[in-house]
Amino acid sequence: MSKNTVSDRFRKVDVDEYDENKFVDEEEGGENQLGPDEAEVDSLIRQGNLMGALQAVLKSPPINTKNQNVKDRAEGLVLKVLSSFKSTDIEKGVQSLDKNGVDLLMKYIYKGFERPSENSSAVLLQWHEKALSAGGVGCIVRVLTARKTV
Amino acid sequence: MSYHSFLLEPISCHAWNKDRTQIALCPNNHEVHIYKKDGNNWSKIHVLKEHNGQVTGIDWAPESNRIVTCGTDRNAYVWTLKGDVWKPTLVILRINRAARCVKWSPKENKFAVGSGSRLISVCYFEQDNDWWVCKHIKKPIRSTILCLDWHPNNILLAAGSCDFKCRIFSAYIKEVEEKPAPTAWGSKMPFGEVMFESTGTSGWVHGVCFSDSGNRVAWASHDSTVAVAEGGKTAVCASLTSETLPLLCVTFITENSLVAAGHDCYPVLFVYDSNKAAMSFGGKLDVPKQSAQKGMTARERFQNLDKKATTDSKEAVLESVHKNSISQISILNGGKAQCAKFCTTGMDGGMAIWDVKTLESAMKDLKIV
Repeated sequence: MSKNTVSDRFRKVDVDEYDENKFVDEEEGGENQLGPDEAEVDSLIRQGNLMGALQAVLKSPPINTKNQNVKDRAEGLVLKVLSSFKSTDIEKGVQSLDKNGVDLLMKYIYKGFERPSENSSAVLLQWHEKALSAGGVGCIVRVLTARKTV
Repeated sequence: MSYHSFLLEPISCHAWNKDRTQIALCPNNHEVHIYKKDGNNWSKIHVLKEHNGQVTGIDWAPESNRIVTCGTDRNAYVWTLKGDVWKPTLVILRINRAARCVKWSPKENKFAVGSGSRLISVCYFEQDNDWWVCKHIKKPIRSTILCLDWHPNNILLAAGSCDFKCRIFSAYIKEVEEKPAPTAWGSKMPFGEVMFESTGTSGWVHGVCFSDSGNRVAWASHDSTVAVAEGGKTAVCASLTSETLPLLCVTFITENSLVAAGHDCYPVLFVYDSNKAAMSFGGKLDVPKQSAQKGMTARERFQNLDKKATTDSKEAVLESVHKNSISQISILNGGKAQCAKFCTTGMDGGMAIWDVKTLESAMKDLKIV
């Protein structure tokens, strides 16, 4: 065999990066998005105001930012709020959200499914059931087709 | 409302002739079949074989009685009826990917073809060479064009694309027509100019439709939304997220009402309020058969609980008329201003004809404004 067939590094080259017709999403400035306010949400949970905590944690979602830490922190915070709800209150929590809120909640739920921890999936599945009856399948379709997500 | 099952395979696309006695459809293969209505039945009278790939779009020009078809073999053919036979004329589209949709312009002197080559071919007949010639609209399209619709002024063309945008282009061809008068979408209309580009919805745009006046355009997107934009100094967009699966086709039936259908297998009505620039859900347009309510025995309840973890007695049978996704909707009578009848075809190989008056009286609270 000749020398230049020894290396197979060429197989790891991502050829799509060099395609001049490659589709690039439009840039929307999101560098200033910091996600929900941790201090505010924590204090609301401590006070027992779970509805308020839910509204607060769904404010200013880090959709446009490329900073992975901000997104992870936001997801952790949302999970904390969702887990602190009692099973019977989940339905009321979902009812208090508007259409966009339900869509956003569904995005966080699916993000949470991606990395399951201790008890997270069980809690998320209960929330998923209630969010599905409020938002319908259309809500899940929007999670799947969103180009920029939490 | 009537339903006729033509085939077991999906109907890829269909088109009606002027007096609605004949329908041309593609039975999911390389051919186009033309059926003629006699009484309550449909008989196949012509089979058009010329394409080498699946036929993805058919349009039948009502006045000049010509059919244009386009397919995955990257070709389009214009068919003219000579005596009792349809004769094809090849149109070179100069595309290197499949053609996806085709539409005659209102005056029938041009037609537009959307393709996977990320461009629209606008074709017109050149008298000197006795040949169909095409011009391309390329910028700023970034992906496949899925659907097209012409403005009544014969110049503007709305196109829905897989790059998540609905755009209105000018398809002004100076060889065949005069300079157009200003419209709600703008006054300067050189060929290929983008008069409007949508924002706000994501998801592939499956269906697009101009209203009868041409001042409004509606599109259905894969993120389960439907949106209407009204032309003006600044175009106003109103979109509505729906709780159903994505819609595949949309059409105006009056200036303010839209009917759309898709993967949920039944048509749905939407109403647009221009004062509030908002859309609302009008109602489901399917008339379900009244199934006899069977009481459940205790044994059945336990069985259900065991098998499906629920005591729900709903059977897993679709109650809608169409048993699979509806892929195309076309207006039969009344035009887009006062539609009286429309037709839907879908992946179940069936065609349903819906009567607007009957639907209005059958569904309570259904108001078509």
